[in-house]
Formats: sequence, structure tokens, C-alpha cells
Amino acid sequence: MVGLVMAFQDYKPWLGLTGSTWIGLDNFQRIFQYEGATQAIINTVIIAVSKIVVGIIVPIVMAILLNEIRHMGIKKSVQTLVYLPHFLSWVTVAGMMIDILALDGGLNTIISNLFGNDPIYFLGDPSLFRATIVVSDLWKSFGFGMIVYLATIAGVDPSYYEAAEIDGATRRQQIWHVTLPCMMPMIIVIATLNLGSILDAGFDQIFNLYNPLVYSTGDIIDTYVYRSSLLNGQYGFGTAVGLFKSVVSLILIAIAYRLAYKFANYRIF
Amino acid sequence: MYHKTTGYKIFSVFNYIILILAGLACFLPLLHLLAQSFSSKAAIAGNLVSFWPVGFNTNAYAITFNNSNFTGSMMISVMRTVLGTLLSMTILTTAGYALSKDFRGRNTLMWIFVFTMLFNGGLIPSYILVTSLGLKGTLWALILPGAFGAYNLILLMNFFRTIPKALEEAAFIDGASFFVIFRSIYLPLSLPGLATVSLFIMVGHWNSWFDGLLYMSDPADYPLASFLQTVVVQTNAQSMAMSQSEVEAMAEQSVKAAQIFISTLPIIAVYPFLQRYFVKGIVLGAVKE
Repeated sequence: MVGLVMAFQDYKPWLGLTGSTWIGLDNFQRIFQYEGATQAIINTVIIAVSKIVVGIIVPIVMAILLNEIRHMGIKKSVQTLVYLPHFLSWVTVAGMMIDILALDGGLNTIISNLFGNDPIYFLGDPSLFRATIVVSDLWKSFGFGMIVYLATIAGVDPSYYEAAEIDGATRRQQIWHVTLPCMMPMIIVIATLNLGSILDAGFDQIFNLYNPLVYSTGDIIDTYVYRSSLLNGQYGFGTAVGLFKSVVSLILIAIAYRLAYKFANYRIF
Repeated sequence: MYHKTTGYKIFSVFNYIILILAGLACFLPLLHLLAQSFSSKAAIAGNLVSFWPVGFNTNAYAITFNNSNFTGSMMISVMRTVLGTLLSMTILTTAGYALSKDFRGRNTLMWIFVFTMLFNGGLIPSYILVTSLGLKGTLWALILPGAFGAYNLILLMNFFRTIPKALEEAAFIDGASFFVIFRSIYLPLSLPGLATVSLFIMVGHWNSWFDGLLYMSDPADYPLASFLQTVVVQTNAQSMAMSQSEVEAMAEQSVKAAQIFISTLPIIAVYPFLQRYFVKGIVLGAVKE
């Protein structure tokens, strides 16, 4: 972490950490002056927040739906299938997605057969790129996100349902007034802990899926740091952007843990 | 008696359809990939391949396995996965055992470890650190930086904490040392936990691609995931030491599909074991009394 001093230097690799000139906070000022950097911060927040919102709601809904399935064989098979993508590397998934989402790819073939419209350029159209990222991330992770909720639902005391049924509650009312309230502590914990990843839009995914066409909406802090520092040699600036991200994230995580502890009595160890 | 009402039956039908579609959506892309890898060039170009090979042949696999860059990077991936998992597990189990006890300074120590999980210096400082330690270009650059993961440490520690203290006390009275207790009581009793964590680490190593691109200066040293990243995703195989014809052969869609599929095989192979344990592991890490 000593390398962090680079954030305050005009770092030149051949001069080293001790030889480079100190420039104070100039690097940090430049974060808000460079259009690319501010745009990357905005993109990061938009993508990450959408991912968090969708990534909380969909697994909850899917867990409740899956819990209604009585046929054990189907329940187990669906679980097995939806957990799988989580364990694949983004390189692998990107390799598949690039083919499937291409102009003549599988998804476009299906869509144009159904609706007869022109092929959609999911990965090259700046107005669609964010949605593509959020949905493909959902595809990869919703199954895994379900696990905790399924376990929580399984832990609900059956006598609550019996009591509700005696009182004449329909299944929908039971879900609304028994299942969901019982899941609430878990949902709060997950939601608050996700607060810490507001500046984390998923480097692995975006680096493998983006291209210069969609920099305007798809470039995030991490990819920007990678390009400006390792490719363009602005080490000090890259470190400053990285440090900015780490510090803001740390503050957010600290707040999140406090909230999680306060509202759901959650402790990490 | 809700499941006898008409409304619920209609819901049930839709529910089955939605969930089966969701399951298929997660699986069909892989099947499509597999079908492509066995199909002929013309069939793929004509967009004829969906989920069953058209013009069945195994050329793609022959090309892939005859490419020494591919097999070489596969060996590196195997090596880093085996070595990295063994090293991580040795460090994590011993550290987790010690930290599952209460001693003075434990909380401080724990917070220092958790801090590494919450805060990192960022890309450039890590890069400079690995370079100045002289690890750049060696296998250790891929293994050491991630060897001590705080998240896995917490998982293991929590597993160790569920083991009754009375067992340890009984062993102490019989004259066992800490190490004997660790080896013959804690490790055997927390096998599900060890399996979960080591499978997570293995999958993590196998899938990790960015560190390879970052720290390996010679593309011949790339692990498989980094190799795929350059050849399949970036289609920037020029940086590889391959001839023009080799580059073209590897960029063929069926060959790409074969490469991707081969790289997912180890994951699919450990997946049944993984699934048996990870649910428990995740829930244990998340739901605590």
C-alpha cells in the first residue's frame, strides 16, 4: 500500500517513488476535471445501483416462487441449473454472450422471428449497453443470490402458516403477511451490505464486454483506471482515481455495517 | 387448503413455466456452445446451429489440443489451482483455528484482516508491489496475492467455532497438544467447511484471468483464463507467439466454442460436489445466531 503515495505524485516509473515530484492533490482535482473520469464515475454509480436493485428484487421473487413448487425433482433441477452460471468465469460468459448477443446471434434470431424487427446491437449501442450489462449480470448471479433467501424461507416456523390458514388467509396473503416479514431481516442485511458496492460495477464483466463504441455509457472507474494508468502510463492519476474509489467505498461499507448491526443485529465475525 | 383453489392452480401452472424457463435460460447457452463446438464451419456461418450439432465433427477439438499455447496455458492453470489451493488452505485452516479461540488482541487482529477485505490500495499499488517483490512473471504472482482471503478465513473460523469446546477440553486432559487437537479433532469434524472453502478457492483460481494478463509479461505464461481472454474475447491473438494460420484457426467460431467449453469442463466436473456443500457454507456465513 506504500504505492498509494503515487496518488500525490507526478509518478514516473524511471524516477521511482522517492524521485518523483510531489504535486499534492492535483491528481484528485483532475478526477473532476477530466470528462472521461467524471463520466466513468457517473456510469459506475448508475450501473452498480441498477445491479443492486435488480439483484435484490429478482432473487427474492424467484425464491418465493421456487418455494411454491411442490414437485421435488423439478425444484432440485431448477436450483441446480440456476446456480451454475455463478461459477463460470466472466471470460467464459463473455465469450458466450458476444456470440449470442451479436447482430446475427441467437437472441436476435429469436427476437426477429417473434417480432420481425431489425436486429438489436446489444453490445454496441450506447443506449442499450447498461441494460445489457445489468441483465447479463442478473443472468449470472440471480440463482446464487437466491440461496440465502431460500434458506430463510425454509426456516420460517410452519405454525405461522397454520395459524394464518385457520384465520382464512389465502396463499397470497400468507406470502405477503408471513413469508415476506420473516425474510425482512435478511433482506435488510443484504441490502445494506450491498451499499458498500455502489462504486463497484463489475470490472470483470465490463472489461470483457465493452468496446470503444460504448465508452460513453459503459466505461466504469475500474476500466478507466486500467486504461489511463497501465495503457497510457498516467500511474499517479490512476492511483488517485483508485484511491478515491477505495476511500468512498470504505466509508460506505462502514456505514452499511453500522446500519446492518443496528437494524438486524448483524455482525461479520 | 389453498392449493386446491382454482386461482392457485392457475398460478401453479404459470409458476412452473416461469421457473423451468429460468432454469433453461441458465443452461441453454452452454448447450448452444457445445453444439457449436461440434458443428461444421458452414453450418455456423449459415446460422443453422441451435442446440444440436449440424455437420458433426471433432476438428475444433483437434485444433485446440494441437495448439501448444492452449495446452501450455492449461497446464499453468492446473498448477496454479493445485498449488494455490493447497497453500491457501494450509494458511487459512491454521489461522482460522487460532482465531477461533479467544485470546488478547484477537479482535484487533481480526479487524486488520477484515480491513484488507474492505479496503484495497487499488490496481496500480498492487501492481507495483508485486513487481517490486520480484514476483512478476512467476507463478507466485498468481498465487501469493490472493492466498490469504479474509472472507474464507471468516467462513472457516465460523466452522471451527461450531465444534463443541468439551471435545477440546477432553483432549487436553488426555495430554494432546494444540497441534494434535487441530489435526485430529478440528480438521476431521469440519470437513464440509473445508470442502466448501477449498472448492471456492479452486474455482476462483481456475476462473481468474486478470492477474495473468497483468503480471505475466510473456503470453506463453498465461493461465488458461487469460489465454481465452486474449484469444476469444479480445480476439487479439497477435500478442501470442502463434503463426498467422494458427491465429485464424483459433478464431474460428467452432474452435472458440470448443476452447470455452473445455475451460468450463473442470467447473462442471466439480459442480456436483460444490453444490452439495456451498449452500451450507453460504448459509453458515450469512445466518448466524
